[in-house]
Amino acid sequence: MFTAATMAVSVTMALILIRAFLGPTVYDRVLAVNAFGTVTVLIIGLIGFLTERPEFLDIALLYALINFVGTIAILKFFRYRSLGRTSEANGHENSRGPAE
Amino acid sequence: MIDLALDIASWASFSLGGFFLIVGAIGMIRLPDFWSRLHGAGVIDTAGAELILLGMIFQAGLTQVTIKLILIGLFVFLTSPTGTHAVANAAYVAGIRPLGEIKDDNDRETRGTKS
Repeated sequence: MFTAATMAVSVTMALILIRAFLGPTVYDRVLAVNAFGTVTVLIIGLIGFLTERPEFLDIALLYALINFVGTIAILKFFRYRSLGRTSEANGHENSRGPAE
Repeated sequence: MIDLALDIASWASFSLGGFFLIVGAIGMIRLPDFWSRLHGAGVIDTAGAELILLGMIFQAGLTQVTIKLILIGLFVFLTSPTGTHAVANAAYVAGIRPLGEIKDDNDRETRGTKS
């Protein structure tokens, strides 16, 4: 049962990786990496069940947290070209990034 | 008896979740532009992930593992749409527009541009 689910999740990971390598814009890649992180959380939990070690779920929980923060950090970096001091350097009105 | 019912529920959740995962991944490859690929990523993030987690919850029983799985499910349920929304907002600000003719009168400056 867990083997079948792991196989489905692996196929999904391969297909998402194709989009992440193929994506024409940077936002396609960020979207693919975000979905890939969600699927990675699933496969960590499934491997924990397959090997009868439920402690893997702690790693999965941590990965979910890091995935969200990482996505937001990447997007903020691409929008403001910096991770700190955004508001005084350039406000919201003239903060249009380059069209990729 | 209860084990059989739990196994059947688990199998149903896993197969439905795997279906949604693979359909969403195929959609992310086949759909034509960024805004429609958001739809595929949303299917993976919500339906696929939550159903696979539900199948694992059926197998775990009433233990600490179930609480961790429910925590992961709640967190994914809250943060995945937030992340997808942030990606969409950043792409809109960067000037990416959907394919085809844009009929929004409030969006005159980018009217008709294709990306």
